[in-house]
Amino acid sequence: MYDIIVIGAGVTGTCTARELSKYQVDMCVIEKGDDVASGTSKANSGIVHGGYDCKPGTLMAEMNVRGNELLYELAEDLDYPIKKNGSLIVCTVPEERGKLDVLLDQANKNGVPGCRIIDKEEALAMEPNLTDNTVAALYVPTGGIICPWGLAIAMGENAAMNGCEFKFETEVENIIKKDGYYEVVTDQGTFETKIVVNAAGVYADKLHNMVSEDKKEIIARRGEYLLLDKEMGDYFSATVFPLPGKMGKGILCAPTIHGNMFVGPSATDIEDKDGVETTQDILDDLAYKAQNSYLTRTKLPMNKVITSFAGLRAHLPEHEFIVEEAKDAPGFFDALGIESPGLTSSPAIAERIVGQIQEKYNFPAKDNFIAKRKDVIHMEDLSLEEKNALIKEKPEYGSIVCRCEMVTEGEIMDAINRPIGARTMDGIKRRTRAGMGRCQAGFCTPRTMEILSRELGVPMTEITKKGKGSNLLVGKIKED
Amino acid sequence: MKSYDVVIVGGGPAGLAAAIAAKKEGIDSILIIERDNQLGGILNQCIHNGFGLHTFKEELTGPEYASRFIDQAAELNIEYKLHTMVCDISKDKVVTVMNREEGMVMYQAKAVILAMGCRERPRGALNIPGYRPAGIYSAGTAQRLVNMEGFMPGKKVVILGSGDIGLIMARRMTFEGADVQVVAEVMPYSGGLKRNIVQCLDDYDIPLMLSHTVIDIEGTDRLTGVVIAEVGPDRKPIPGTEVHYDCDTLLLSCGLIPENELSKQAEVEMNPVTNGPLVDESLETNIEGVFACGNVLHVHDLVDYVSEEAAMAGKNAAHYVKERYGKEVAKSTDVIDIKAVEGARYTVPTTIHLDSMADLLTVRFRVADVFKDSYISVYFNDERVQHRRKQVMAPGEMEQIILKKKALEEFEGLKTITVKIEKE
Repeated sequence: MYDIIVIGAGVTGTCTARELSKYQVDMCVIEKGDDVASGTSKANSGIVHGGYDCKPGTLMAEMNVRGNELLYELAEDLDYPIKKNGSLIVCTVPEERGKLDVLLDQANKNGVPGCRIIDKEEALAMEPNLTDNTVAALYVPTGGIICPWGLAIAMGENAAMNGCEFKFETEVENIIKKDGYYEVVTDQGTFETKIVVNAAGVYADKLHNMVSEDKKEIIARRGEYLLLDKEMGDYFSATVFPLPGKMGKGILCAPTIHGNMFVGPSATDIEDKDGVETTQDILDDLAYKAQNSYLTRTKLPMNKVITSFAGLRAHLPEHEFIVEEAKDAPGFFDALGIESPGLTSSPAIAERIVGQIQEKYNFPAKDNFIAKRKDVIHMEDLSLEEKNALIKEKPEYGSIVCRCEMVTEGEIMDAINRPIGARTMDGIKRRTRAGMGRCQAGFCTPRTMEILSRELGVPMTEITKKGKGSNLLVGKIKED
Repeated sequence: MKSYDVVIVGGGPAGLAAAIAAKKEGIDSILIIERDNQLGGILNQCIHNGFGLHTFKEELTGPEYASRFIDQAAELNIEYKLHTMVCDISKDKVVTVMNREEGMVMYQAKAVILAMGCRERPRGALNIPGYRPAGIYSAGTAQRLVNMEGFMPGKKVVILGSGDIGLIMARRMTFEGADVQVVAEVMPYSGGLKRNIVQCLDDYDIPLMLSHTVIDIEGTDRLTGVVIAEVGPDRKPIPGTEVHYDCDTLLLSCGLIPENELSKQAEVEMNPVTNGPLVDESLETNIEGVFACGNVLHVHDLVDYVSEEAAMAGKNAAHYVKERYGKEVAKSTDVIDIKAVEGARYTVPTTIHLDSMADLLTVRFRVADVFKDSYISVYFNDERVQHRRKQVMAPGEMEQIILKKKALEEFEGLKTITVKIEKE
């Protein structure tokens, strides 16, 4: 019997697992996907939100502001990519200028530090590529950008280093409330646990409803994005938002932590909770906005789009986070409705859940907790001397596999051979960026597959893009 | 810092031909840098034949064609490095490379020849909506997997785009027992060579659907199907024309993009039409002593033309090292512009310095549409000086004109040469 099972290895689940791994608990994370961050945490804007747009007094506002603080703080120990580039919420219609005051007031009430309204001149001085229609903007200095899967990978790895078990490609089919414990029934067997943490993203309602009469419904709200070549990465230095609307923060234009630029996300409520497809209408609309001085001074060149993708938000109709022990299911702790600003809030949500668990169970702290974890070495970030020292020590760091992102064989081997390391092509991509560049893995696919096959000791035909059923090859060619 | 007279970036057909030509012009200090594990570039995965008809008057496979040049380079003792990536080229021609043995090192070059080739346009850049399952490959990636690694990427195939690699792979996958159902092409004409359509599609009853494109991709893990629709003249799908195809593989052959990231680092000026450097009659870029040839300059249809063009770049780079490097010998500022208009999309080169021009200069270009019974016309200023009838011209095939230095010299006040396609 486990003390705790965390269901879901997205940012909420991995942050919670890492926080729990500070204590003497027998614990396991169960994840349906093949890797951490393979659901909602996989595809989002990668923004560290300041917290200006949450309704004051809500848990969402509290979690956002606390999460913002924690994300910058924890990056020192956990070495995930994050950057405080500031956010600008831009008003482009003179009649809507008043909305900025409302946002500033909210920001102040929520305790977002340093926010102020800047006029057009200052906004343009800050971001010369802002649209000429700019009227004024709210400047949020604590806004930032982060690698969403980088956060989950860091948290997951560190939890694993501290003894947390991970079961991937394990789908929960039922949860049965027993006397003082739960049976978690999965397609890979049944596991018993005293405590369940429900961090299942868009499916968290389903799990909650298995044990509680207080039924919840989560709506999958899809967001689609266009990702532009690194040549466009310097277009804006801050994250540039429009004024928020009914469906969320609106379609933004922002640099990514990896130096690309994106336009998105759209917001469409959909029925299918796995519906991460992009659609022509939305892609056309994003392209239209990018072409028509929506937030930008110039038309963004559509031939610089290197890919498009979609992600889902776990939206509750009440648009609030529910982070609490289910009232009629003792020991069952929910994280429901974790949509934007969920990524930013994730370490705060983890802190809250673990606080609730500790209040009730009071697990003793570990005296051998390992707080620090180092990211996969990225050759690109090293100085010439460091690069050469590393290549001398391990020549694979001198061998480039992904030409577009300049990722070496050494980095790919490192990504595979670490706690909860990469097992798939997407796993490699998320840990090293191999295949994420302008050729979108055209050149490096065969080579990366070979390295995976060699390091994992499995045949090429068993290499997958993203786990079960996504094999890249169907077999050998005919033998002569 | 170690130095070379000529550093050639890329050991494919362009790099090899350039190196051989430079060597033959008397340059000994040459280095070819190749990122792959062998010389020959993309030819190594082109195991079909049809290469070398112009150069060798015989039909060779890609590897055979490459080996003719690799052997020559070996005979001439041309130095090369494999498994070596060029990470940077500065505008003063310091080339930064990385490999396992040496780590990251820099070489000073007197002349640099850009011969990096091109890459395929990926799915993302095509903006095809739908899911992102396994089973979507650019045609060249599939070609490498089948021909060099010996693996089958799939069994039931749809191909989007009628570029040559896609056409070749339609036949190759059929040989290997795959069911290639259709090739869809968004344009009203094929992007590939006529001979490939006949030999790779028609001979195997694989339909080519012009003015059609993929509008949806299905399958969350592995591809399960695509939807193809007809497109109108605006290239937008026509509602009601959607047809579903079950397939486990989608190959993309939707255009090639010259790989000029390094050129841009060296501040080489680009032609937005070709996505390759702007060059003069010597195939020299705006950066003195930096030359370009092959598919990094503009995408070619036949490798024979690549070799021919690259040999010229090699010869000119050698000439630069011997005659101009380190000397105050500037090219004349008298420049004749070459313009492509009315049906001609671009030309390579785009400028001519008369004093540096060879007796005969081949100007290559592509047309923007399919033209039947039309003329390639060349104007010196406003006067038509060449008028050549062609039965068919198509965007998939490269065209050329030949300029005689003597004619240019004799034409008084020549400022602009214009290439256009005319009905009469």
